[in-house]
Parts: sequence; C-alpha cells; structure tokens
Amino acid sequence: MGSAAAAERAVICQGVTKDFGEGEARVRALRGVDLEVNPGQMTLLVGPSGCGKTTLISIIAGLLDATAGEVTVLGQNLRQLRGRELVRFRGQYIGFVFQQYNLLPALTAAENAAVPLIIAGHKRRTAVAKASAILEAVGLADKINVLPAQLSGGQQQRVAIARALVHEPKLLVCDEPTAALDAQAGQVVMQLLRRVAVQPGRAVIVVTHDNRVFRFGDRIVYMNDGTIDKVEEQKNRDGSV
Amino acid sequence: MTWIAIQMLMGDRAKYLGIVAGITFAALLIAQQASIALGLLLRTTAHIQDIADADIWVMDPNVQFIDEFKPLSENALHRVRGVPGVAWAVPIYKGQGRLKLAVGQLDKKKAKYQQSVVLGLDDATLVGAPRQILLGSLADLRKPDAVIIDESGYRYLWPNEPLAVGRELEMNDHRAVVVGICKASETFQTFPIFYCRYRQALRYVPQERKAMSAILVGVEQGVSKEDVCRRIMEQTALKPLRAGDPPRPGLKALTHEQFIASTLMYFVRRTGIVINFGITVSLGFLVGCAVAGQTFYAFTLENLPQFGSLKAMGASNLRIVGMVLTQALMAGLIGYGLGVGVAALFGQIMTTSSRLAFYMPWHVLVGTGAAVGLIVVLASLVSVYKVLVLEPAAIFRG
Repeated sequence: MGSAAAAERAVICQGVTKDFGEGEARVRALRGVDLEVNPGQMTLLVGPSGCGKTTLISIIAGLLDATAGEVTVLGQNLRQLRGRELVRFRGQYIGFVFQQYNLLPALTAAENAAVPLIIAGHKRRTAVAKASAILEAVGLADKINVLPAQLSGGQQQRVAIARALVHEPKLLVCDEPTAALDAQAGQVVMQLLRRVAVQPGRAVIVVTHDNRVFRFGDRIVYMNDGTIDKVEEQKNRDGSV
Repeated sequence: MTWIAIQMLMGDRAKYLGIVAGITFAALLIAQQASIALGLLLRTTAHIQDIADADIWVMDPNVQFIDEFKPLSENALHRVRGVPGVAWAVPIYKGQGRLKLAVGQLDKKKAKYQQSVVLGLDDATLVGAPRQILLGSLADLRKPDAVIIDESGYRYLWPNEPLAVGRELEMNDHRAVVVGICKASETFQTFPIFYCRYRQALRYVPQERKAMSAILVGVEQGVSKEDVCRRIMEQTALKPLRAGDPPRPGLKALTHEQFIASTLMYFVRRTGIVINFGITVSLGFLVGCAVAGQTFYAFTLENLPQFGSLKAMGASNLRIVGMVLTQALMAGLIGYGLGVGVAALFGQIMTTSSRLAFYMPWHVLVGTGAAVGLIVVLASLVSVYKVLVLEPAAIFRG
C-alpha cells in the first residue's frame, strides 16, 4: 500500500467485484465493494441472505479470488500472493470461526484448538499445551480433554474460537458464529469474542444476520445485493461480559 | 498432520472397520486362494522334491512332467555314466501298482484294492530313499519283499490303526511286507507311496522290454549342473535320419530345479488351475476395491467440511492429499496384516488337521501386498480428487 494510513488499516477493499459462472449463467455476487476494516475493532457484516456477505469475507480471507478490484489485507495485496504463498499467509495471519464449528470429532477440545499450530509445524505437545491455555481463557478449563460430541453447541463454538486464536492471528473472520446457537449461547459467544478476540493489533470481522448481536460490533456494515448500503459506527456498543 | 489423519480415521469406528474389513477380506481371499493353488501345484512335484539327492534327472526327451515317464533301456544308464562331470548315475523306477491288502484272500468282496505309487530305488545305493523314517529302518529295505510306505498312505489304508511294521499285502499279485513307515510330501493323486528296491519294483510291474523310468545323476564337485545336462544331451543325441539334418534328441537332462519347474509348468498349462484360482483371486480383488473404495469415499465425503476447514486454516493441498493417503495406507496395512494373518492361521490349522494343500511362500505375501496396495490406491483416487477440487471457500457456504 505504501501510505501510513493504508498500513494502519487491517483490510482495504477497493472496487471488489465477484462473478460466479459464465455467459448466461453468470451471477454477480459483489458489485464494486469498497470497505476498510480497522484493527482493534469488531466489524459486523450484516444483510439479508444472498447479499454477498459470505463472498466478501471469503475474498478478504484469501479463500476466493476477486473478479475485479483490489484487496489488501494487513498491508499485503492478495493478488500478489499465489498458491503456497497465499496458503501460508492465511495460516499465519488469519483465524477462522465457522458457523458449524467444523471441529474434528476424533480430537479432544485441546487437540482441536491446537490444529492451526500443528499445521504451522509446531510439535504436538507444545501446540496442545498452548491450546489448553487458550481454552482456559475461553472458560473451558475443565473440558480440555473432552471430545466435541460431549460438548454443547456453545461450548463447541468456544473451542472453535480458541482454535481461531491459538496462533495469534491479526485478522479473525467469523461466519455466522451464533447461527447454530440459541439466544443465550449466542450472547455468550459474542461476549467472548469481544473480550478475547478484539485486541489492539487484531481486526475481527463477523458475518451475521442475527440483529440481537449487532450491539457487540464497533462498526456495522450493511450490505444489500452485492453492495454496501451504509456503515454505522457504534460508540455505545455492549461489551460487557 | 499424520497424527490428525490417523485420529480422524480411527475416530469414525463404523467406517474405519468397514474399510479395514473390505481390505482384510480381499487380502484373505487373495493370499488364501493363491496359497492353496501353490500348494496343489507343489504337490505335483512332491516326488522330485523328496528325491533331493539327485542333481540331475535324465529321461526320455518327450517327458514333460514326472507322471509321464517313458521307459529307458539299461544302455542309457551306461551312456550317462560315461559323460564327463557325472559322479554317479543310478536308475529309478516310478510307476503304479495295484494293491491288495489281504494276502491270499480268496473272497474278493472282503479284499481291499487300492492303486498306489511304486518307487524303485537303486539296489546298491538306495538313492532317492525317504529322508525321514518314522518306524522301522531303511536298511530293512534290503530284506526280501520289503517295502516302506509313506505315513499318509498308511493312515489312508489302515485308518485309526497305530503305525506298525510287519503288515503283509499284495502288489500286482506279488507279496510285499511293510518294513518301515516314512514321511513323504503329499502328492497330487494322493495314492499311497511304496518305496522298494529297483529290482523288486520290476518284479511288481508288468514285464516290458524297457523298464527304467529315469536316471538320477550326481555331478562331480565344482562342476556346473547345467553343463553336465548339456553334455548328457549332446553325447546321447542320435544320428540324423538324413545327412545334413541336425542330430535327433537322445536323452533329456534337467537339473532338480528345472524338472520341478517343467512339471509345474505342465500343470499350469494343461489344467487351467491358475485361471480357476485366478478368477477367485480377481473376485477378491474386485470386492475389496468395491467395499474399501465405497466406504473410504463415504468417509472422505463425511469429512469434507473438516478437510475444507484445514485448507482454510493453511493446510496445503499436498498435506491434505497426504492425510487422505495416510488414512488409506493405514487401513490398507491393518487390512493386509489381518488378511494374511488369518490366511496363514487358516493354512496352519487346515494343514495340521487335514490334508489341505497350502503353501504360502514370501512371494504370496509380496503379491498380496501389491494387490492391497493397488486396492488402497484405487480406493483413495476418488477421495483424493474430491479433496483436491474442494474449495476452502465452500466451508463458508455450508
């Protein structure tokens, strides 16, 4: 990016367009999206189903290529990264929280949380020890050696959050983290994300259409039909735990 | 990642057992059927194997295997003895005799008849005699009318009776006395085997101008067996019928190993045993591929979200493919071990409790391993393709 202002932003999207399919079957999911995400903040991407939220975070996370436009994440233009470089970048700087948790059923909570470190080449023992410490931070100290099937949905999502944070990423991408949870568990997860995930050097992007959790975001980006309608700054957000 | 791959595989007990069961079944069927086929084939060479004293077997040039000896004249023996490199050469008779168990029994209904193999050994040296005498003594073979019978034949003729020498019987209307019981390899025809002296064997069988089945030859120390075979064939060759034609073959000389191979190949070519057992082995292979492949594919499909998550979290395609192959290899190794283990156990039990033909050399293990390896590769191909084309972004789309 070059400029100091750009370097301060965690994510900068400029005129991002994404098409799926070709010819007659072509569908434009994003229509020239401009977005900036700041570190130390939780940014909520909200909007109706099919508005392009998931496509946008997939592009920001380096999982999809934009058809047009530029995406800069942590000062790195993603177009300049190819193949293994992009995979390594993702593994090193980005954390993921999925709607369905996607925990490995045969691994304990601590082993699941240690997976990003193991992918990065850490030894199993040290990775699991570090993951156990993160699990304590998310309130699962007594569930370290428990299999996912023995945990509630909220507890599984907390393990997924621990997994997303264990390698200390600079960008955390959460896809509908409360969608599979009841209202109370959803609130607990959002509170946890605010308390543990939002750090001065880390940006958190949460895709959601659950308006009950809007109050946790620092900024709310409203999307509709592949474009950003408006961006709201929330000064009096609820971060209580 | 290898550890994660194995944990994933073992974590899904039902599918893991399904994959392993498919591969175990295939390995068991392949190893067991191949071993039975080899066991049967090996029995066709039982007599050659048991006569391990001979370096070379000399026979009529038209002989293809041990059960079709064409008689040689006594002259052939002298000609072979004159070939350089031959340390010794002795005659052997191999033929069949009709056995009557009760000597002098006039009531034919009460007498028991049985076809048997007669092996006539050189009177002076007894070359080709059984290696392991269970009861009696080899020296007793020099007594009048003496025969030594193999244990398996004895138990067939006199079931549930203890081993005992001194029994009298008739061989083609000539008296024979059992002076010993020996161990001998199981044969293809399963007839009782009677060892006796060469001259005595000629008394048992119908008189013909030529009687000698083959010549057993020992080569001098340091001389190549193959060279002596070549010399025997050259020196016993017959003159051509017309001038300019090549000489006609005289005697055929094969080393011990060559004669075993020749006999085996005859049965392989003429009986279709390899095709018959090959069909069963192929079926085992196909069933293994189908069961293991389908279950493994279902396992991979079920774990696609997890693989997608790993990809999103920074695991490269190479590592994901490595995980899938590790899982397939793990299941393959366990299935292979169980399959050949059960096959070996089956063979061990059946060969000790019955007369089942079963021979499992290392070649069977290697061949079964290669087949299981192929099953593993084929079973994992579709799964590998599935994870290779899996877009990590799909994980966000549910």
